[in-house]
Amino acid sequence: MTDLFAARSQMAMSLGFHIIFAAVGVALPLLMVIAEALWLKTKDETYRTLAQQWAKGTAILFAVGAVSGTVLSFELGLLWPRFMDFAGAIIGLPFALEGFAFFVEAIFLAIYLYGWKRVPPAWHLFAGVMVSLAGAASAIFVVSVNGWMNSPTGFRIEGGKAVDIEPIVAMFNPAWVPEAIHMTIAAYAATAFAVAGVHAFLLKRDHDNLFHRHALAIALVVGGITAILQPLSGDLNARHLAHQQPRKLAALEGQFKTEKGAPLRIGGLPNEKTRETPYALEIPYGLSLLAFHDPQAEVKGLEEWPKADYPPVAVVHIAFQIMVGCGMAMAAVGVVALILAWRNRHRLGRWSLPDQTWFLRTLVLAAPLGFIAIEAGWTVTEVGRQPFIIAGIMRTAEAVTLVPHLTIPLITFTLVYLFLAFVVVFLLLRQFRQSPRIVRDRAGDITVGESAAARAKAAGDAD
Amino acid sequence: MNDFVRELSALPLSTLLTLGVLFAALVLYAVLGGADYGGGVWDLLASGPRAGEQRRLIETAIGPVWEANHVWLIFMIVLLFTAFPPAFAALSTALHIPLTLMLLGIVLRGTSFTFRQYDRQDDTVHRRWGRLFAISSVFTPLMLGICIGAISTGGILVQNGFVTSGFLQPWLAPFPFAVGLFALLLFAFLAAVYLTVEAEDEALREDFRRRALVSAGVVGALALTVYLMSQEAAPLVRAGLTQRPWSWPLQIVTGVFAAGTLGALWRRHFHLARVLAVGQVALILTGWALALYPFLVPPDISITEAAAPLNVLRPVLWGIAIGLLILVPSLLYLFRVFKGRNGVRKVV
Ligand code: HDD
Ligand code: HEM
Ligand code: HEM
Repeated sequence: MTDLFAARSQMAMSLGFHIIFAAVGVALPLLMVIAEALWLKTKDETYRTLAQQWAKGTAILFAVGAVSGTVLSFELGLLWPRFMDFAGAIIGLPFALEGFAFFVEAIFLAIYLYGWKRVPPAWHLFAGVMVSLAGAASAIFVVSVNGWMNSPTGFRIEGGKAVDIEPIVAMFNPAWVPEAIHMTIAAYAATAFAVAGVHAFLLKRDHDNLFHRHALAIALVVGGITAILQPLSGDLNARHLAHQQPRKLAALEGQFKTEKGAPLRIGGLPNEKTRETPYALEIPYGLSLLAFHDPQAEVKGLEEWPKADYPPVAVVHIAFQIMVGCGMAMAAVGVVALILAWRNRHRLGRWSLPDQTWFLRTLVLAAPLGFIAIEAGWTVTEVGRQPFIIAGIMRTAEAVTLVPHLTIPLITFTLVYLFLAFVVVFLLLRQFRQSPRIVRDRAGDITVGESAAARAKAAGDAD
Repeated sequence: MNDFVRELSALPLSTLLTLGVLFAALVLYAVLGGADYGGGVWDLLASGPRAGEQRRLIETAIGPVWEANHVWLIFMIVLLFTAFPPAFAALSTALHIPLTLMLLGIVLRGTSFTFRQYDRQDDTVHRRWGRLFAISSVFTPLMLGICIGAISTGGILVQNGFVTSGFLQPWLAPFPFAVGLFALLLFAFLAAVYLTVEAEDEALREDFRRRALVSAGVVGALALTVYLMSQEAAPLVRAGLTQRPWSWPLQIVTGVFAAGTLGALWRRHFHLARVLAVGQVALILTGWALALYPFLVPPDISITEAAAPLNVLRPVLWGIAIGLLILVPSLLYLFRVFKGRNGVRKVV
């Protein structure tokens, strides 16, 4: 393994790990705040229990997100010192603003977690709102940095150094808006689908448990809306690529030849040697139509660039197929949920939770789709930018550190992260098993009961 | 003195302000984040009939604030690579190994602390996470101190933007390790002083008073050791500590604060001791930073050469100013909610 490859792998691994916790850190506070607001409004204790349970999850995941983010900040220098020497001054502004978002997030999360009894209810809710706003803000700021790596603006190069730097122009680079919208929605969609999957699974076994019913309802509303919006936002990204990053678009579509009326390829395996993408289902004019909203538009193929500037085409193309596949499936689930809820409304006269067993089962299957799409989407963005670290300006190979033996930190961090992932999964599973049981009796009174696990244990003891 | 003032005022205002913010973040990280590490040290060393209570006090003291305190470190790093990119590039190359080790410590400390709180509350599980938390709390500041020590030696050489002094030589030496130990003990001392204020139980307070007094003694001995070693190992910093016009006044004031902290602890004026201890740490860091001046990474990276152009620094400073408008009230509120009764407000 070359040191360059080790560095790329370590960066990819650290980011791929961090993004999961980051996405949860953006979205789970929103679910938690919605639950708390509903509690304050309806006085239904179920919602408060729900907010508290989600807050517990947020606390665990936030800690892992914070430390893995710290690792990333250092890794920019540990792995890519030449990149940071060149770009630090240009992209520092959004990083600095992100820093303040972290402060706000950490401060109000502490007030939220430890302050149930210490601050008045309205302040407590406000703290939750701040956590969720700050989470979204930090994601939006940091994505500006990534947008700049993809579409660098706001400086000139003179003698290998950046001059005439305008940090605000750099921050508002053309890729920022589409990427930030897409990433923010992705965080909500992915987290809500994962949460919905968990509660659907538990609801299947415990059909009257209000705890899971309320949870599923909130998650479905957030997840359904965002999943339906996400393909629309992805279209914005694709059109941005068509204009600003044509090399990446060609790679993710497996488009080797420049052609008018280019087809949309579904599936297929791009071959860099033969410069073809066989085994694809081709929809005539599809790509020209999607990328330029014109069936005859010309789409640039990879042949426009020297072979040395190809990104790994197959990886990018397949990752893109995976993301779009997941996205379409999620949008479909969102639409089905909407239809079912609407039908219930007609039958029962009020919106009510779609709880057919087959639908719950579908939700369980759909639970990981959002996170798979996030990983795949970032693979598209990052691998699609190769061989450049700053598109068209600096190659990844020029940016890497001279420190040798980079496989050692790669292996070390991989092992540590595997261990953390294992512990987090273990803790979350335990929390799911102990989730409370809340039911409404005939008279309509609500009783808060023991967790399913406690009941199972009690039953086991009785045997 | 006049030369120094003239040189310093020759720096553009934005550069000066940026340095000030960077230094303030360093001090805040040391007195807030540092004490969180120190808490871990006393967790590891908890002993006697109240060992359990000691650990519990540390846990409740750190719980709500450590994540916010930790952000000062990130803020420092971001400011360094934004305002002084060549310094960041050089440091993260030359100190790759100790920084990586420090990161591992940060990861294990933060996660084990949280896992301890949310994992099963039975004793063995709790203790296992606690052990990991305590050990990584000791390890991390050691590495941080080693990095600071390595910078101080003036052994990180840079030519044309490339580090030429290797990846081991600047830090794998007795002097950086001595600074590492000094940092660790200083943090432990701070934590013990804070915990005297946080403890509500009289006996527990006495436990930490004793720990504060003992660690103050060790800190003094280590300070002397580092000072003596610096003659050979870090001549530039040594000169800065002794030969500049401000050197002796600053040393004397630092000494007065140190003695004052000891006196206040002795006479059980715990709030006063806390204020003085914070002042003492801030003064030590001031001495160090002034001794480095006019370098960021001696002997090859100076402030003026490394500073980003003013059109970068200005918007960043504006961003910081706006950020502070939100941060300061939030932070004060946080400390008021969780430390208010005991009056940490006075310190922050
Ligand atoms: C829940 C997650 C999710 C879902 C369902 C989708 N995406 Fe996505 N996509 C992402 C999550 C994501 C991402 C991980 O968040 C990326 C990586 C970079 C970015 O800004 O968003 C991304 C990047 C990304 C890019 C590359 C942007 C760039 O490199 O600048 C394009 C063209 C699309 N997406 C298009 C789509 C389309 C047409 C979808 C239709 C279904 C879609 N995405 C669904
Ligand atoms: C704003 C956020 C991000 C920034 C600033 C960023 C920055 C970087 C940098 C500096 C590199 C190394 C240089 C290179 O290979 O081009 C890199 C590579 C990479 N990143 Fe990102 N990244 C971000 C988000 C993400 C996320 C969330 C993922 C999720 C999986 C990701 C996946 C990758 C991968 C797979 C690579 C390796 C690409 C390759 O070398 O083939 N990135 N990124
Ligand atoms: C698209 C990619 C990214 C997104 C959406 C994102 C978002 C977030 C969010 C929401 C948090 C809050 C912690 C949590 O909730 O778990 C966080 C933490 C953090 N992130 Fe990221 N991040 C991304 C990539 C990066 C990159 C590339 C870096 C650094 C170079 C970074 C540095 C950090 C740091 C330092 C923290 C810790 C903050 C704290 O201590 O509270 N992140 N990130």
